[in-house]
Amino acid sequence: MLELKNVETGYGHIQVLHDVNLTIHAGEIVTLIGANGAGKSTTLMTISGIVPCRRGQILLRGQEIQALSPDKIVALGVCQVPEGRHIFADLTVRENLDLGAFLRTDKVGIKQDLEYVYSLFPILAERRHQSGGTLSGGQQQMLAMSRALMARPQLLLLDEPSMGLAPLIITQIFEIIKAINKEHNTTIFLVEQNAHQALHIADRGYVIENGRIILADNADKLLSNPDVQKAYLGI
Amino acid sequence: MITVKEVKKSLLVSLWFVFLTFPLMVIKVNPYERTVSWRWSNMLYVAIGTFVISLLAKAWFVRKERRMARQQDSCRSRTPIIQKILQRPGYRYPLAAFLLGAALAFPQLFSTYQANIMTTALMYIVLGLGLNIVVGVAGLLDLGYVAFYAVGAYSYALLNLHFGMGFWTVLPIGGLLAALFGVLLGFPVLRLRGDYLAIVTLGFGEIIRLILENWNAFSKGPSGISNISRPGFFGMEMSLDQAMIYMYYLMIGLLLVTIFVVNRLQDSRLGRAWLALREDEIACQAMGIDKTRTKLIAFSLGAFWAGLIGVIFAAKTTFVNPASFTFMESAIILSIVVLGGMGSIVGVILGALILVLLPEYLRALSEYRMLAFGAILVAMMIFKPEGLIAGVRRVYCYQGRKRNTALKNDE
Repeated sequence: MLELKNVETGYGHIQVLHDVNLTIHAGEIVTLIGANGAGKSTTLMTISGIVPCRRGQILLRGQEIQALSPDKIVALGVCQVPEGRHIFADLTVRENLDLGAFLRTDKVGIKQDLEYVYSLFPILAERRHQSGGTLSGGQQQMLAMSRALMARPQLLLLDEPSMGLAPLIITQIFEIIKAINKEHNTTIFLVEQNAHQALHIADRGYVIENGRIILADNADKLLSNPDVQKAYLGI
Repeated sequence: MITVKEVKKSLLVSLWFVFLTFPLMVIKVNPYERTVSWRWSNMLYVAIGTFVISLLAKAWFVRKERRMARQQDSCRSRTPIIQKILQRPGYRYPLAAFLLGAALAFPQLFSTYQANIMTTALMYIVLGLGLNIVVGVAGLLDLGYVAFYAVGAYSYALLNLHFGMGFWTVLPIGGLLAALFGVLLGFPVLRLRGDYLAIVTLGFGEIIRLILENWNAFSKGPSGISNISRPGFFGMEMSLDQAMIYMYYLMIGLLLVTIFVVNRLQDSRLGRAWLALREDEIACQAMGIDKTRTKLIAFSLGAFWAGLIGVIFAAKTTFVNPASFTFMESAIILSIVVLGGMGSIVGVILGALILVLLPEYLRALSEYRMLAFGAILVAMMIFKPEGLIAGVRRVYCYQGRKRNTALKNDE
C-alpha cells in the first residue's frame, strides 16, 4: 500500500529523518513507536505532504506522491488525524464532519458514513449541534478521528490518538481503531508514545530513534523484545 | 448592586482621568498675551463625567454577567433579537420588502443631495461586504483593501481617458483587474497570518497609492484625472440630478447582487472551507482543502467587489486622485466590518450606514470626528466585541433524547 524509500526530511538546517524505510501492506495496522523528538510526527507529516520530503521516495500503490501537495494526497485516499486533534473549535460537530467529506461528492455515501461514525461514537450524534471547542478532550479525539473517516480513506494516519486522555478512554479509542481496521478494511498507520497499547492492536511495528528506524518486526515479537521492553514498555 | 468598593474604584478612575486630561482641559496658554488661564471648572466636569460613565459601565457589566448566568442552560436566547427576527421567514421577507421599497422611494422623497449621500453609503456597504469575505469569513486581516478600490477607479479613469471606453465595458474589466491584483497580493502572503499579514497588506496598499502619486506619466500624479464620463443609459442625455439618481439606483442594484452572491457564498462549500481555514490551517490541509486556492479565491473575490466599487466611484465623482485612496479609507472600511459584526451581512450594512451617514449629518461636530471614531471603537471593544449584530451561526440545543430523535429525522 504505502512504501517509504530512503526518506529524508528536515526543518531548516536540522535534518530530522535519516534514511527512513517503511512498508505498510493493505489492511494492516502498523505502528511507529519512539521517544519524544524521534521523528514520529515528522514521518507522518512527510507522508501527508505537509512537510516536504527532501530525498527519497514515497510510493502509494506504486505511485510516487512525495512531490504532491497535501490536498492531492488526501484525494488519493490518505487521511491524517493531526497530533493534538486540531478540530475546528467554532464549527459544530456536524460541520466538522462535513468538512471531513470536503473532497467527496457522493451524497448517499456521505450520509452512510455519517451514520457509521455516529454508530462508532454515539456521543457525537448527541452533540452534533454543539461547537467542537466545547467537547472534552476524549470527545475531540473521537471527532478528529471521525472527521478523517468521513473522507473514507484507504490509509488512515493517526498521530498520537492517546495524547492527554484518561486511561479508560484510551482503551476505548484503541478498540475503535481496531474496529475501523476490521470493518472497513482501512489500513492504519499509528504513531504512538503509548507503545504498550499500540503494539497490542498492531500487526507490525517500527521503532524510531533519532530519525532512524532501528527495529522492525511483528508486533508481538517487539512486545517480547528485551530492548523494546526496557526502553519503551518500562518493564 | 453597586458596592462601596466599586464606587471607590470609579473614584480612582475619575482621578486618573483628571490627571491625564489636566494639561489639555485645564491649562490654557495664550502665547500673544503671554497669559495662562486655569479653567478649574473643566476639571470638575471631567471628574464628574468619568465617574458617572465608569459607574454606568460597571453596572452594565454586572447586568450582563447576571444575564449570562441566567442563560447558561438555555442557549437559544443567546441570539440577538434582530437575528431572531431575521431567521423567521414570516418577519424576514416583509421586512426585506419594506426596506427595499423604502430604498427605492428614497430619491423621490428626499433631495438629490440626500440621495447622493445615500449612494456613498451604499458604496461603503458593498465595500464592507467585499472586505467581509476576506476578513470576516476567511479570517485574513487585510489592511490594504483600498488598493483594490484604487485599481478599479484608476482602471476606469485611464481606460476612459486613453481609449474612451464606457462605464459598462469597464465595470467588469475593473473588477477583474482588481481581482488579478488580489491574486498578485495573495501569492506572497500565503504563508503569513495575523499581524504579519496585516503589515504586508498595509504595505501593499501604500505601494499602490505611492505609485499612483509618483508615476506622473502613467497616472498624472497627485493632480489626478478629471472629466471621466458618467455611466450611460442607452445613450440617453441626463442632467446632473438625473445622473445622480441613476447612480443611486445603480448602486441599489449592485448591492442586491452583492448581498445575494455573498449570502450564497457563505453557505457554499467554499464558504465552509473559508471558515475552516480561519479556524485551523493544519486541520484544513489534513481534510484535503487546497489552502493556496482557497486563500487566493478569498483575496480575489474580496478585491473584485472593491474593483467594481472603484469603477463606480470614478464614474460618480468624475475625478480621481491618489488622495482618495489613503490608509484612512482602508481603516474606515475595516471599522465598518468590525463595528457591524464580522461575518454578518446585516451587521456590515448597519455598520456602513452608521459610519458613513453619521459624519455627514453631524458636520457641525466634524472637528471631533476622529475623536468620536476612536471612542466608538474602544467602547465597542469593551461592550460588544462581536460587533453590533454578530454573525450568528445557527445554534441548536440538545434537549434530551426525545427531541434528539426528532432532529435526526429532518437531517
